[in-house]
Amino acid sequence: MALLRSTHPAFAQSRRLPNRWDLAALLCVFGALVALAQAVRGTLAPIDAPEAVTIHLDAIYLPYYALRTTLRMFAALAASLLFTLIYAAGAAKSRRAALVMVPALDILQSVPILGFLTFTVVFFMNLFPGKVLGLELAAIFAIFTSQAWNMAFSLYQSLITVPAELREAARCFQLSAWQRFWRLEVPFGTPGLVWNTMMSMSGGWFFVVAAEAVSVGDQTWKLPGIGSYVAQALEARDIRAVCYAIAAMLAVILAYDQLLFRPLVAWSAKFRFEDVPTAGPPEPWLLRLMRRTRLLRQGGEAFGQALTAFGGMRLAKRPHAVLSRAENSRLGDFAFSAVLLGVVGLAVWQIVAMIATSLGWADVLQALGLGCITLVRVSVLMALASLVWVPVGVWLGLRPVWARRAQPVAQFAAAFPANLLFPPVVLFIVYFQLNPDIWLSPLMILGTQWYILFNVIAGASVMPPDLIWAAGNFRVGGWLWWKRVMLPGIFPYYVTGAITASGGSWNAAIVSEVASWGDTKLTAHGLGAYIAQATTAGDMTRVVLGVAVMCGFVLLVNRLLWRPLHAYGVRRFTFD
Amino acid sequence: MDGMATPKILLEVRKCQQAYHKDASTDLVVLDDVNLELVEGEIVGLLGRSGSGKSTLLRIVAGLLAPTAGEVMWRGAPLTGPAQGVAMVFQSFALFPWLTVQENVELGLEAQGIARTEREKRAESAIDLIGLGGFESAYPKELSGGMRQRVGLARALVVHPDLLLMDEPFSALDVLTAETLRTDLIDLWMEARLPLKSMLMVTHNIEEAVLMCDRILIFSSNPGRVAHEIRVPFAHPRDRMAVDFRRMVDDIYALMTRRAVAAPSAAPAHPLAIPLPPINPNQMAGLLEELEGPPYHGKADLPHLAEALQLEVDELLPLGEALHLLGFAVLAEGDLRLTPAGREFVAAGTEERKAQFGTALRAHVPLVRMIRQVLDERWNHRAAAMRFRDELEDHMSPDYAEETLRTAIGWGRFAEIYSYDEEEQQFSLEDLD
Repeated sequence: MALLRSTHPAFAQSRRLPNRWDLAALLCVFGALVALAQAVRGTLAPIDAPEAVTIHLDAIYLPYYALRTTLRMFAALAASLLFTLIYAAGAAKSRRAALVMVPALDILQSVPILGFLTFTVVFFMNLFPGKVLGLELAAIFAIFTSQAWNMAFSLYQSLITVPAELREAARCFQLSAWQRFWRLEVPFGTPGLVWNTMMSMSGGWFFVVAAEAVSVGDQTWKLPGIGSYVAQALEARDIRAVCYAIAAMLAVILAYDQLLFRPLVAWSAKFRFEDVPTAGPPEPWLLRLMRRTRLLRQGGEAFGQALTAFGGMRLAKRPHAVLSRAENSRLGDFAFSAVLLGVVGLAVWQIVAMIATSLGWADVLQALGLGCITLVRVSVLMALASLVWVPVGVWLGLRPVWARRAQPVAQFAAAFPANLLFPPVVLFIVYFQLNPDIWLSPLMILGTQWYILFNVIAGASVMPPDLIWAAGNFRVGGWLWWKRVMLPGIFPYYVTGAITASGGSWNAAIVSEVASWGDTKLTAHGLGAYIAQATTAGDMTRVVLGVAVMCGFVLLVNRLLWRPLHAYGVRRFTFD
Repeated sequence: MDGMATPKILLEVRKCQQAYHKDASTDLVVLDDVNLELVEGEIVGLLGRSGSGKSTLLRIVAGLLAPTAGEVMWRGAPLTGPAQGVAMVFQSFALFPWLTVQENVELGLEAQGIARTEREKRAESAIDLIGLGGFESAYPKELSGGMRQRVGLARALVVHPDLLLMDEPFSALDVLTAETLRTDLIDLWMEARLPLKSMLMVTHNIEEAVLMCDRILIFSSNPGRVAHEIRVPFAHPRDRMAVDFRRMVDDIYALMTRRAVAAPSAAPAHPLAIPLPPINPNQMAGLLEELEGPPYHGKADLPHLAEALQLEVDELLPLGEALHLLGFAVLAEGDLRLTPAGREFVAAGTEERKAQFGTALRAHVPLVRMIRQVLDERWNHRAAAMRFRDELEDHMSPDYAEETLRTAIGWGRFAEIYSYDEEEQQFSLEDLD
């Protein structure tokens, strides 16, 4: 069950409470965002609208739109990979850099990306005035920000856990730093990286759909793609077009799942560092095809050889003996601290200046209050989703045949951009005149609940059969069975899924607390709606405030609830 | 190979010292004043207990680690990093799981930038030499331990090193596989089919050292020093059952136990500086029972005991030392002798044993006494493990401190002197009657 076992969360830091490096990273990240917002605000007015892009609702255009959407995904993927390799290598090689780079990743992971769509769109459009390219880049950047952090985290974690003897072997046989990176470090990190990349990409569909149609103030920009097609359909109140879009997206995700996700994850099992071969899931048909078809196989081999040659280049220094005592270069430490203090100071100044000029304490309080409402919403929904999906996941996970069938379906469902499913729900609410504060809420968890399901399935399916049999032997049943046997057994897996689901739900709040159908606007009270409305109004400072508050909520929930739970689960409930 | 007029010196280690830097107190010395000279044509063994610094020395020779003091000369020039002409075989094999046997073997050649056809040719001949023919396209995880170590050997031999370093190369293998591999290697060496000039191996297995090496350096622990040097004059192939062979094994046992007992009593100025071996009370009880019964009746010769119990010297010595420390037995000159306290322990029932163990702990282990004392003094009878770990680290390396604390936790729990909460990392007096 190689596929089921690889659900590592992208973080596993042992420390729980924020420390001063977290604070430094947090301030740096927000300082940068504020600076971006300021820069954008100054130049908001004179933007030229790009040449009008008309989105046709005719189904014949859909394949083309789907292709554009997919290409955007791959462009972002390439950027994310490049970023990951550089960032992770940098953080892993330098003790000082890691002190700030690692917490920064952690914070960037919890920043609600959709809140920033506005800035980034304006920023990139300023770079390429009047060109669609700016908009394209903004969309790609949005997807990039949804993928890159957790990929970089995964690779960083692998790089710092390469077994000592493998490192020594590589140095002993005189591999240069470049060769070690490509021969040892990257392959060692490949299983984790591939898994996290594929999960990020699954999550990315949601953002590409959201990023294709952006409105700031009274201007709306659209890029040809499935997301803008749906936006157009909503404006035109065309439910048939919405259905077409859903069908097209299903086809795209199915192709992604079959042609990329499954073959890649199965292939990456080869790099897993383990002693005994494990019987993996059946080989995906694409890999089988590649092995059997001569042309494809030769193509694959040529590609592999090119990569080998690339990684084998004798660049960089030969290895040398290391002193076992860590060389404390005081001067370096001092310079590093000085530069960091300077950056943090600048960031604080930016933030204070912004709050002082255009925001009052009342605004902060309002945002905090709305944040609490959204927190309640997320909590209730998480509880409901857990109540439903934990029993279902356990039931499926204990039946290997069903688990094998259900797992890919759940992963598939998680990849499907839930925002495409919003219109039918909105239509439903409008038709029955329901209270949006309650009925818009389920949208938040529509796309993210699946993470709980497939992690629970994974957890239940690796539960040692001996324990289940022992429980049966002692007639442990009913609630006692759940309390003493099953819930502890799946606990770490559940927490892994819940972390992803809860983080995703906060993000989804920005698009799900406000919905529209033609001219009818539905708004729920909450932080997501606050950010969405500030975005529509072009009010950059409120967007930053809302995003900062949301980021704070997500970080606090992670640090005070999920991370301790995860650490506890790993300590107490893993079978080693 | 045999008896040239003046064998050439390959490697020289002079006054080598390796120390841990501790910020607060003095440096912790792992390896002290080690001298070693290696000439062409010999196999030298570094024998010692775990923690005696022998693996550290091997890494210094490999150019992976720079010594804190002293110098290493490789073929007359100072060594500054992994040198061409030195290759290493690892205890855990250290094969790259994503490379096939062939690709693993080619790794060192590839790093040197040798052309592909040449690489393949040399790899194939190394693979055939070491008996791996037919496994070229297998991945390491498909192979058994013995076959994996053969890949490790082929990978080292293919670069045609002058010196082969081996770090406990057979200790992760089962007895039979290890024996086959040892004899195969010695046969190839004797037939001069290995592209090598000399071998340096680390081991904690006395018989293995006597079986393979021409010269054995015995290390003492804490700090690691070369305590003895022994020449093994026997011709290959050697017979384990030969009288001379057995005598040499016995002698080495005696040497190692003498050092082991002498070291803790002579060295520590501070009572906390005694490292506690990772031995649990049940193992101690088992050995005491074995010792009391026939055929030993209270006194056993360590090599015999090791053979009868299928324990390696590295496993048996810490056990003997623990018993010695607690006053249940006396370890001296390669023998283990039961004391009256030990006899009493064997005769007692479960509850009495706990009580006796507790008495022995309080009498002989200052760390346990100190933990209990601190707990008694605190109003809430709780104390963080960190506090004791820090104190231990002033007297030993962090690894030893951790191990010693773990042992103290286990022993104290068994004797119900205190309890320990793993989740909170705290000692307490809860749940004690």
